[in-house]
Amino acid sequence: MKRRTFFKVTTTLAATLMAGAAFAQDNIIVGAVAPKTGPLAGGAAVTHWPNIKLWVDEVNARGGLNVGGEQRMLEVIEYDDQTNPAETIKAVQRLATQDNADIILAPYSTGLNIAAAPIFDRLGFPQITSSAATDQIGELSGQFNDMFFLLGRSTDLAEDAVEVLSDLREAGEIGNRVAMVNVADAFGIELMAVAKPAVEAAGFELVYETSYPLGTQDLSPIMKAVKGADPDAFVAWSYPPDTFGLTEQAMIEELDVKAFYTAVATAFPAFAGRFGAAAEGVMGIGGVNTASPEFMDYAARHEAATGAKPDYWASGMMYASLQILEEAIETTGTLDMAEVTQFIKDNAFETVMGTIDFDDQNSNTAYWTVGQWQGGEFKGIKETGRDGAVEPILKTGWE
Amino acid sequence: MKTQDWKNLGWSAALLVVAALLPLTNDGYLISLGVSIAMYTVLATSWALFSGPTHYISLATAAFFGIGTYVMGSGIEHLPYWVLLPIAGLIGGVIAALVGLATLRLSGVYFVIFTLGLAEMTRQAVTWYQNQTGHKGTYVLTELTDPDIYWQLLGLAALVFLLGWAIGRSKLGFALRIIGDDEDVARHVGINTALSKIALFVVSGATAAIVGAMIAPRYIYIEPATAFTPMLSFQVVIMALLGGTGRLWGPLVGVIPFTLLWEAISSSFPNQTTLLLGLSFLAIVYLLPGGFVGLYDRLRGRAKKRSAMA
Repeated sequence: MKRRTFFKVTTTLAATLMAGAAFAQDNIIVGAVAPKTGPLAGGAAVTHWPNIKLWVDEVNARGGLNVGGEQRMLEVIEYDDQTNPAETIKAVQRLATQDNADIILAPYSTGLNIAAAPIFDRLGFPQITSSAATDQIGELSGQFNDMFFLLGRSTDLAEDAVEVLSDLREAGEIGNRVAMVNVADAFGIELMAVAKPAVEAAGFELVYETSYPLGTQDLSPIMKAVKGADPDAFVAWSYPPDTFGLTEQAMIEELDVKAFYTAVATAFPAFAGRFGAAAEGVMGIGGVNTASPEFMDYAARHEAATGAKPDYWASGMMYASLQILEEAIETTGTLDMAEVTQFIKDNAFETVMGTIDFDDQNSNTAYWTVGQWQGGEFKGIKETGRDGAVEPILKTGWE
Repeated sequence: MKTQDWKNLGWSAALLVVAALLPLTNDGYLISLGVSIAMYTVLATSWALFSGPTHYISLATAAFFGIGTYVMGSGIEHLPYWVLLPIAGLIGGVIAALVGLATLRLSGVYFVIFTLGLAEMTRQAVTWYQNQTGHKGTYVLTELTDPDIYWQLLGLAALVFLLGWAIGRSKLGFALRIIGDDEDVARHVGINTALSKIALFVVSGATAAIVGAMIAPRYIYIEPATAFTPMLSFQVVIMALLGGTGRLWGPLVGVIPFTLLWEAISSSFPNQTTLLLGLSFLAIVYLLPGGFVGLYDRLRGRAKKRSAMA
């Protein structure tokens, strides 16, 4: 490039940026950072980014947020953290100090949220996490007072799945033989570590157990071994690619179990999109009350605005986190984040996922833990204090 | 020491003091940029200590970094932070020695491939261990803030520079330069080539492990995917080559512009980061073959020639 052209390009760029800054005077700057590239980009594209677009479009369509009697439009600045915690931290800093963001939205995933916690805490922004599942809620909120947790404890997610199996056995619907596998990566290992003792304590016979590395392409040996062990129930603490892979192998092997559970991504609309009627009866992590008018309305708006359905687990929680922020800002009538945070701590909120009332550890204690595909929807069947759980059904074949 | 050495030392110390004042700006953004720069300076400089003279391209930085991160992650509940830093260095060094013994007889591309595999292998080993023991998440909750981490990295950088300077003046440094020029000649004049290479590989491995341990409190939640990210190895190599490995300060002048460029790209074009980064790499390779050090030497050479002509 010639030096003069380069100069021209940079000056045009600078002028555009400056014009943008001048225009933004009265807008509320909303900072958003989450993966657009890297291992978690796929999940964020389903659960995280569409909700931000939906919320901002809706708020702006009705004239913006009401802050102390003044209507102010939202303007989003988005950054890609490349699924790298150091980039998340830097982007949050940049949003706060370079872009003068008025609000910064919590990042995506357990790891990136926890890495960003000290920065949110120091900058004084409330961090309402909707995709972080951890057992360290007490320690984290003790150290970072502005950190909130919507998705719940990982232990509950695993223990409740085992409880669903126990209930089915007590009802005489399934037998005593369980096959359980896990992906050998952070969350998969953690859930297995909780579930294995729970399965044994519940008196199940663990007829097959194994783990496989993250990114395993050929899962057919595992499913063959599972089938050989002749279980009554199959549980996989899996990640998105293997959730799909294991289900596909189960279909090929015609695995004959009455309860079939896969973890992360079972709640994605793409799961039913891929397996169609065969998804019927598959259980997985998450769930929602699909019959609630609030959720139905939200799902319809989500699809209209973004062209895709929300997932049946964290999507609604992500949107709920935005609703909470919106209500806190409009009711307090301020962008003073200390006041907004205090309001979030002190009040209960009506959201698309139902009422959310944080406890003294900033934790939402009422959430969905297990869902199941029934009639084309992933319905919540187990929760820690939500209304609308439906009865689980048995898995009957893969047709 | 010559007067020139004292002068260089003085300048370096002055620069270090200036760098150490950065957190006083109280600008969180500048400090987090500073952490990045300090971290990559240490990694790239220690990488160049080994790879510069020997021309062995090591992609093992992520392996040692990850080991350090996990030493901190698994030890922080039992041992004080300051004890874990040297332990991380020790473990990183021992593993580097073992790896070096096994592989430094390999040459060229074989060594590169092996070191690339090493990060993945270590990651799988850590995951395997966690899976066997039913691990429930690694958390490093400390009171350390970004400025604390920045100062620690800066201190480590000073140590690495001193060490590099000392090695450059020692017999070992001389031996390594001969190895880099021609390994056969080096062996024939009686240099223990394997031992010399391993010694430097240990230095860079131990340093990367200590950096990993220092960064762990920043990530708080440690996952294999972030601790052993292969991107880190590549970034370190690219930064070091951009600066040039011919001189001790070479990597530093690569790290600073690269970090700023990366920052400018990711803030202005969040949706095309990878694409633009790739284009920048191409530009660097084509326009700056010897890195900034090469450019500096060329310009100085030209200036000398001109003054000689005049």
